[in-house]
This record gives sequence, C-alpha cells and structure tokens, in this order.
Amino acid sequence: MLGKLDWSAIPFDQPIPLVAGAVVLVAILGVLAWVVVKGHLSYLWSEWITSVDHKRIGVMYILLASVMLLRGGSDAIMMRIQQAIAYQSQGYLPPEHYNQIFSAHGTIMIFFVAMPFVIGLMNLVVPLQLGVRDVAFPTLNSVGFWLTATGALLVNVSLVVGEFARTGWLAFPPLSGLVYSPGVGVDYYAWSLQISGVGTLVAGINLVTTVLKLRTKGMNYLRMPMFCWTTLASNLLIVAALPILTATLAMLLLDRYLGFHFFTNEAGGNVMMFMNLIWAWGHPEVYILVLPAFGIFSEVVSTFSGKALFGYRSMVLATMAICVVSFMVWLHHFFTMGAGPDVNAIFGIASMIIAIPTGVKIYNWLFTMYGGRIRFATPMLWSVGFMVTFIIGGLTGVLVAVPPADFMLHNSMFLVAHFHNVIIGGVLFGAFAGLEYWFPKAFGFRLDERWGKAAFWFTFLGFYVTFMPLYIAGMLGMTRRLQHYDVAAWRPWMIVAAFGMAVLTIGVICQIVQLVVSIRNREALRDRTGDPWDGRSLEWATSSPPPVFNFAFNPDVRGEDAYWDMKAHAKQQSLEHEPPEYQDIEMPRNSPTGFVCAFFATIMGFALIWHIWWMVILGGLGAFATFVVFAWRDHDEYVIPAEEVARIDRSNIQERRNLVSMAGAV
Amino acid sequence: MAMTTTADHARADPHHIGLVIEHPGPAPKRIVTAYGFWVFLLSDIVMFSCFFAAYAVLSGQTAGGPKGAEIFDQRNVAIETVCLLLSSFTCGMASIAADVRNRFWFYLGMTVTCVLGLIFLVLEFREFADLIARGYGPSRSAFLTAFFSLVGCHGLHVSAGVLWLLTMMAQVFAKGFRADILRRMMCFALFWHALDIIWVAVFSVVYLLGGAP
Repeated sequence: MLGKLDWSAIPFDQPIPLVAGAVVLVAILGVLAWVVVKGHLSYLWSEWITSVDHKRIGVMYILLASVMLLRGGSDAIMMRIQQAIAYQSQGYLPPEHYNQIFSAHGTIMIFFVAMPFVIGLMNLVVPLQLGVRDVAFPTLNSVGFWLTATGALLVNVSLVVGEFARTGWLAFPPLSGLVYSPGVGVDYYAWSLQISGVGTLVAGINLVTTVLKLRTKGMNYLRMPMFCWTTLASNLLIVAALPILTATLAMLLLDRYLGFHFFTNEAGGNVMMFMNLIWAWGHPEVYILVLPAFGIFSEVVSTFSGKALFGYRSMVLATMAICVVSFMVWLHHFFTMGAGPDVNAIFGIASMIIAIPTGVKIYNWLFTMYGGRIRFATPMLWSVGFMVTFIIGGLTGVLVAVPPADFMLHNSMFLVAHFHNVIIGGVLFGAFAGLEYWFPKAFGFRLDERWGKAAFWFTFLGFYVTFMPLYIAGMLGMTRRLQHYDVAAWRPWMIVAAFGMAVLTIGVICQIVQLVVSIRNREALRDRTGDPWDGRSLEWATSSPPPVFNFAFNPDVRGEDAYWDMKAHAKQQSLEHEPPEYQDIEMPRNSPTGFVCAFFATIMGFALIWHIWWMVILGGLGAFATFVVFAWRDHDEYVIPAEEVARIDRSNIQERRNLVSMAGAV
Repeated sequence: MAMTTTADHARADPHHIGLVIEHPGPAPKRIVTAYGFWVFLLSDIVMFSCFFAAYAVLSGQTAGGPKGAEIFDQRNVAIETVCLLLSSFTCGMASIAADVRNRFWFYLGMTVTCVLGLIFLVLEFREFADLIARGYGPSRSAFLTAFFSLVGCHGLHVSAGVLWLLTMMAQVFAKGFRADILRRMMCFALFWHALDIIWVAVFSVVYLLGGAP
C-alpha cells in the first residue's frame, strides 16, 4: 500500500535531523496559524499564491531562495564545526549523516538558493527594464515557480522522512547506483531536481521569449540594459543545458528503478558517460548563475558611478562569448579521467579562454567607475567587493584549468575554496547587490543602509577568513568531503575556517536585522518617486512598487539608458507636455494552476521516491486534469479601466515632477 | 513619456549610417506563443540528443546479447515510419482546416492523425513486448538499455501527443475555434511535426545504421 515507506523511515535515533525538522515544522505551523488567525489567508491566496504577476513571482522566488539559504547555511556551519573538531576523532557527526549534509548543502545552495535567487531577480526586473507589462507566459511563470518550490520541499522532507543522498551534490555513479546506494536518498535527490528542473526550464523558455519578443517600442537589442542581455544569455543556457540534466537524471533513475545499464559496472554500462553528461550541463550551469550577477553589477556600477556603462558593446560581446564558450569546457571537471594530453590540452585552453571575456567585463566596470561620481551605497559595496573577490577566484580557476596542476589539486580543498570563491564572491554578492538595489522597486521602501553595510563587511571579511584557509589546506593535500582526518598540519586552518564561518553568520544575521529594521522604519525609508538611486533604465520610470500593469503607456525608447534620457529631456522641457489619453489595460487573470499543479507534483514525486505506484498515477492524473481545467477557462484576462489607470499614474507623475523641479532649482 | 525631437534621432543613429530600424514594440500573442513553443521544442531536441549520444556510446556494448541487426524487423519499422509521416500530413490538413474554421475537415484530419499515431504506438509496443519476451529486455545489455530508452522516449512523446490531440479535439468541440485554442492547435502541430523529425533521426541512426549486418 505505501511502497517502501514505514515507520523505520523516521530517524528516531538521530536527534539532529529530528530536532531541526521539529523546529521547522513548528515555525511553518506557527506562521500558518498567524496567517489564519490574522485573517490574511484569502489575501495570501488571491494576491500571492495564485498571482501571475511577474513581480510577485519574482519576490516569491527570492523568498524561497532566502529561506533555503538559511537551510544550506546551517549545513555549512555544521560541516565547518565538524572539520574543526574531527582531528584524530570522529567529531560529532556520524559519517553517514556528514555525507548527507555535504550532499544536501551543495544541492540546496545551487538549485534552491542560487537558481531561484537569480531567476527571481530576472523575473522581477527584466519586464520592467524592457518596458512591458508582463513576461511572455504569466501563468506558466507561476507553474515554474511552484515546481521549484516542490523540489525544495521534497529535499526538506528528506530530513525527517527517510534520508538524503550521501553521494555529493552531483550523485556520481556507481556510488549513486542501486548497488551502493540502495536507500531512498538518491531518489529524493533525483526526483527533487527533475521536478524543479522542469520549473527552471519553464522559467528559461519564458524569459528567452520575453527578451526576444516582448520589448517596448524602440528597445532595439543594442539599447537593452546590460541585465537584460545577461538574462538572455543565462536563459539561453538554461534552455540548452537543463534538458541535459533532465536526460542524465532520467538515465540514472532508469538504472535505479528498472535495472537499466547506462552507468552500471556490468553489462556494458559506462560510468564516465555520466561524468560527461552531467558536466555538459554542470559547467553551463555556473554561467547560468554568474551571468545574471554580471548584469546586476553592470547596472549597479553604472548607476552608482553616475555614468553610462563603459564599453557597452564589448560587454554584450563578452556576455555572448561566455554563453557560447561555456559549452566547450566541461571536460576540465575530470581531467583525471585519462582522456589523454591532446583532449586535456584543448579543454584546458578553452577554459582559460573564458577568462578573457570575463577580464573584459572587469575592465569595463573599472573604467565605468573611473572619473565617475561614485556613491558607496550598499549595492555598490557588494559590487566592489565582488570585483576584488572574483578576480582571486578567477585566477585560481585559471590555475586549475592547467591539466598538470589539476592532477595535483583535483577534488582537494583547493577546489572547494575556488568554487566557493567564485560562487559566493560572484553569484551571492551579485544576488545581495541586486536585492539591495531593487528592493525599493519591489516594496516601495529602501533597506536600512547602516545594517546593510554591516552585513556587507561581515560577509566580505567572513568569506576571506573562511575560504582562504581552505586554499592552503588544499595545497597541503587535504581532499574534500573528509568526515575526519589525522594530519596535524590541516587542523589550524580548519579552526580558522570555522571562526570565519562565525563571522559569515554574523553577516547573515545583520541581513535579517536589516530587513526587520527596514520594515519597521518603512515610512522614513519610503521611495515616493520610484527612482531612489537616480537610475538609468526603465524600471525606475514607474512607481515603487509598480502598479500591476507596470507602465500606463508603453515607453518609447530612443537610446541606451532609456530613463536617463527621459530625465534629461524632462529637465529641459519641465515635463510640461499635454496630459496623455489613458486607455483601458488588459491584464492576465490570476490562476491557481501553478499551485495546484505543484501540489500534485509533490504527491507524485513523494510517491515515486517511495514506490507508491497508485499514488504516482493519482498525482499524474491530477496534474493533467489541472491543465485541462486551466485550458477550459473562458476569461483569461481582466480589464483595468482607463480612469483607474489615470488615477494611479497621475499621483506618481506628480511626485516625479516635484523631484525634477527640485533638481531644476538646484 | 514619448517626446520626439530631432536630437533623439541623432542619438538613435550616432554614426549617420541612415539605417536605424526602430524596434516596433511587443510582438502579437500568436507570434509570442509560437516562438516560445519553438524554444521549448529546441530544448526537447537537446534532451533527445543526450539519448542519441548515449545510444552512440553504448550501441556496441552488447554484453554477449544480441546486436541490432539480429533484433530489428525492417518491415515493422517501415510501417511505423509510413504511419508517422502520413500522420504529419493529416495533422497539416487539420491545421489548415482549423485556420479556415472548417469543423468537419478538422475533426477528420485529427481523427486520422490520432489513428495513425495509435497504430504507430501499437506497433512499437508489440516490438518492445516481443523483445522482452525473448529475454532481450533493457536490462540485458547496455546496448538494449540505450535502444529502449531512445525509442521509448520518442514513444512516450507520441503518447503525450495523442493525449494532447484528443484534448484539442475536445476543446474545439466545446469552445470552437477561439483565438487561444487556435494558438494551442498551432503548438500541437509544431509538436507533432517535431516528433516526426526526431523519428527520422531515430529511424536513420538506430534502425538503418544499426540494422546493417
């Protein structure tokens, strides 16, 4: 009846996951109870859960990423403590638990923190920057988000029901095969990623179509803000690379469920085919994450330097070059496979070539700052911190791209330090810069600067104290994923790293405090004009938060930095053109399709993991029925009358006029 | 917000090439939908290419089991191919019928497409069942694993296509040729033709190349 599921799946003998699970459960129930008691449930349902508004979906993506960042961060703290104390002893984590923690940490941080964070920011900002009312497929957008949430939920369920994979975040066979991983851990891993992978693919298709087909009048390709370009590149990579992950995990699952022989040791299976396939997705994946971050830094550096981005066209070219070359380097993840010197040399050179367009970007940012009037607001701090940190990470990357060096450093702590250096220093700093920068646009008030700066400095310094020792430990021969060790030389560095982790944690706490303080002081931090940073692109041309339709009129773009131009003209003409004729606006209706579909996907995923076949069929039928019901509806749009549009728009225009006239007076 | 001055046009064409094509604005819904679906099809083709790659890697790994030439029935494959190619034609007829709002020809075209799709599926199912009964299931060798997965993946797509086809017919029956339903019909047609293209590749790579003794 319940497949492999019985009471032995609950780890009653392990206090850590049980307590953690109980705390999370209490927190969720507490929030739910609060929502119900306060009567917010219908608001939550009609305004957020069923929303197809790209801004709301973007915010929910970021919220999901933030919550999962706390989960993944807890895993990181546990690992750093373990390695600090597990010298000539077992530490406090049993090996099978430690293995689950490092697997979950990697999986969560990449798939459920970094991905939703950047996709959330792209969702929130790109339609605004393009001057349009929504993404290409609003309901599908909601489906994509909820499927991602389903994946995150399943990973967390594994904490208390069953186990998670003990295989590392990419589940290499034959370790992840049925022979060596007979439990449900790998199944949790694979089905979570399959389901959230569908969500990511949907988001990718949506954003590619949005950028290529939905731009406002005059928004030629070479007038798009840099973030739109990097979004395009990143989502092209999603469309081209995510299906490889889907296919690879499908093969792994076929091996596990139906006795196929893709990656087994017997009957002619080929383990190295898994490495090739998974990294053919995995390497583009890191550019999927970091390219949007590059876009964020471009926007931030240009805005806070008060200058147009230096070398815009070279930046576009560099972005697209990275997009293409990222598909030609996957083999550098396993130089040690033994492909021979020729193959290794080609992939080594290709890997080093990527440093060239990235270097172009760094110089462009530096020259944008050069001679500019720089304001060191929090987003700018993250950007400058990124430039310093990312250069170090990039250089160690070029180092391990040299095959002979890689033979020494393969799977060492040096590698761990390298990819944390580029992912924290690149993607996470970028995500935080974007969060600080666009928060006022999303919510209508700025975040507290003092706490923001404190968060930056603690995170920045904490990062160096945590990860620089790992480079050294790697040089001293320490391999990754060690549950305990006996080498005295490594110990001091592990203790320093654990101390650094504490500093990083203070940084995270500062961010939480910043959020709380900012919400309490929101009236003082209110952004009335919609343009708190003296911005340059179109998202600042509408109010904060923007109305559901974003723009009362599709903006007419006449050059790069569209809104900067408009402001310049407005000052000349004092905004005294005749009041425009407002018109009715049609917007897509909200729909519970995404949520209901994800509900069935959760049931189906859980049933697949535990081999509960009747429930699998039930979930599949439910998901299909949801789509049919959606396809059957007769009214998919509603109309916002012209008077309402006028009322909303005029109040914002008045605020802007006040600002311009004040600026004119100065 | 729109302000037209001569200075604007100077900026739009900084090098005075005289070739400034102003982007006309968001594309109509029909274009956006079809474009997005094309992008999806491309991603689906990427997924298939992984199974093709796996087949290429594993096709020699028979582990003492049968080779392709010993198990492929060319006659069966020929009938399958004819069914599928013909169904692409009838699917095209149904699309044209939908464009001119002709219900009779639409239903006829879709029905024939459905029947041909089902014949294809039955033939493929029989091929699979027969192989498994002879002990040549996907667990026998890596070659058979790759074969069953690649061909089966295409078969699953055709099954999903038949389900979609029936849903489309029901939609037209219940709602008529509404704009959103016509857009879905266009996506369905794209999907069905794409499956044909993939079948041509499956037919060539698996059955023609692998069928040679």
